[in-house]
Amino acid sequence: MNALASSAPDSAPAVAAGAAIATPKVEVQKLNVWFAKNHAVKDTSLAVQVHTVLAVIGPSGCGKSTFLRALNRMHDLVPVARVTGKVLVDGQDLYTREVDPVLLRRRVGMVFQRPNPFPTMSIEENVAAGLVLNGISGNHAEVVERSLRKAALWDEVKDRLGHAATSLSGGQQQRLCIARALAIEPEVLLMDEPASALDPIATAKIEELIHELKEHYTIIIVTHSMQQAARVSDHTAFFYMGELVEMGATEQIFTNPKERRTEDYVTGKFG
Amino acid sequence: MSPESSAKSPAAHTDKAFEADLREVREKLLAMGGKVEDQIAKSMRALTERDSALGEQVMEGDLEINRLEVDIDDLCRKILALRQPAASDLRLITTALKIVTDLERIGDEAVNIAERAIELNSAPALAPYVDLPRLAEQAQDQVKMALDAFVRADPATAEEVLQKDDQLDDLFVKIFNELLGFMMEDARTIRRATALVSICKYLERIGDHAMNVAEMVIYMVRGTDVRHPRSRAIPA
Repeated sequence: MNALASSAPDSAPAVAAGAAIATPKVEVQKLNVWFAKNHAVKDTSLAVQVHTVLAVIGPSGCGKSTFLRALNRMHDLVPVARVTGKVLVDGQDLYTREVDPVLLRRRVGMVFQRPNPFPTMSIEENVAAGLVLNGISGNHAEVVERSLRKAALWDEVKDRLGHAATSLSGGQQQRLCIARALAIEPEVLLMDEPASALDPIATAKIEELIHELKEHYTIIIVTHSMQQAARVSDHTAFFYMGELVEMGATEQIFTNPKERRTEDYVTGKFG
Repeated sequence: MSPESSAKSPAAHTDKAFEADLREVREKLLAMGGKVEDQIAKSMRALTERDSALGEQVMEGDLEINRLEVDIDDLCRKILALRQPAASDLRLITTALKIVTDLERIGDEAVNIAERAIELNSAPALAPYVDLPRLAEQAQDQVKMALDAFVRADPATAEEVLQKDDQLDDLFVKIFNELLGFMMEDARTIRRATALVSICKYLERIGDHAMNVAEMVIYMVRGTDVRHPRSRAIPA
């Protein structure tokens, strides 16, 4: 039992353990997202501590991916999308005019559900792509090696960096995408179902990687797999119908959730 | 939403086979609990009614309890492996895995009582049994209440079991002192008195097992572990 999580007042279930004593890396305040008239994320507030992993779970359509995408302003490009509230990274609101979304995405990287390497580029070029696009000069080869090492892919690809990225297996491609995200040295890594298209071994590698990456990054992962959430995260947030129902230490959410809807979801009683 | 009501959640699992597995765990535990209660009652009647044949029946009856223990363990392992239960389901399964052990031990204590009863029945009665049946009744009550608490997912009843354990211990000490008196007065009573002391100890152990069950029921319903509050205060 996590004493801090369990003692959080009912009115503020979204504040994870330790939030009161440390400045969070990411703090979401009263976030709302609409797609035209569809209120996809409702008045959500939560905080994520530095170097921790937050898993976001919930049934399809609960708003978890929408929530994640709001964290690096991916809805900016959707004409019917409207976002209100604040997303603070190190206390700075990402939704103010002064923040350049491109620079923001260097700080808040993203890995998607299906591995999406640039198909015409080599392994090496894929990793360096963010650097090139952002006009970052310097020793790209060094960055490529460092990023591939961090993504636990270096040993598998070091002898064929010039090969097409598409020659890699699905699991390797996903780690390549993680390496690409890491190359521009983000502080926060968003992952949207990063292992849902992968087999169990490739999934285990991604999960192991998440454990290693949290030493240096703050990670927010959306997952359909409750076992995955249980395995990789420090805290878990449960969304239902656009609402953050409960957030707490992962162990607490999976052994003793406070909210009935969380209980029903983690025990498989929705349907 | 209070967590206690969620443990009694009326909502059914989407997966009906899973629902059926969980129901089977509960039903088997209840069957085992009922059988265990019956064994204690029979073993005590073997003593008070000097009915050694009944004592033999208790020994045979233990086989079924042992079989139920193995069955429930198997079922729980299967659920853990195949279903990865969470929240109240996980607490039910971990509780089941622990309380079967206590129930099986209670069954063993009933066999111990039956064995001592058979020995005692072969000699003249030491004295009329007055307090001993009371001790047995209290121990049985404790088991019954702990099982009721499990069935109804009722932590208040479980707490009552924890509070009442002292009464059992007090009565044990009282009877023990009485039997000590017999032995000091007349060394020829020592063999029988010692057998009776053993029976008291078995009953007192049954009370302890009932307490363990009650503690697990509180965990199952509330998710809080109330065991060993004093050792918990000592930093690891």
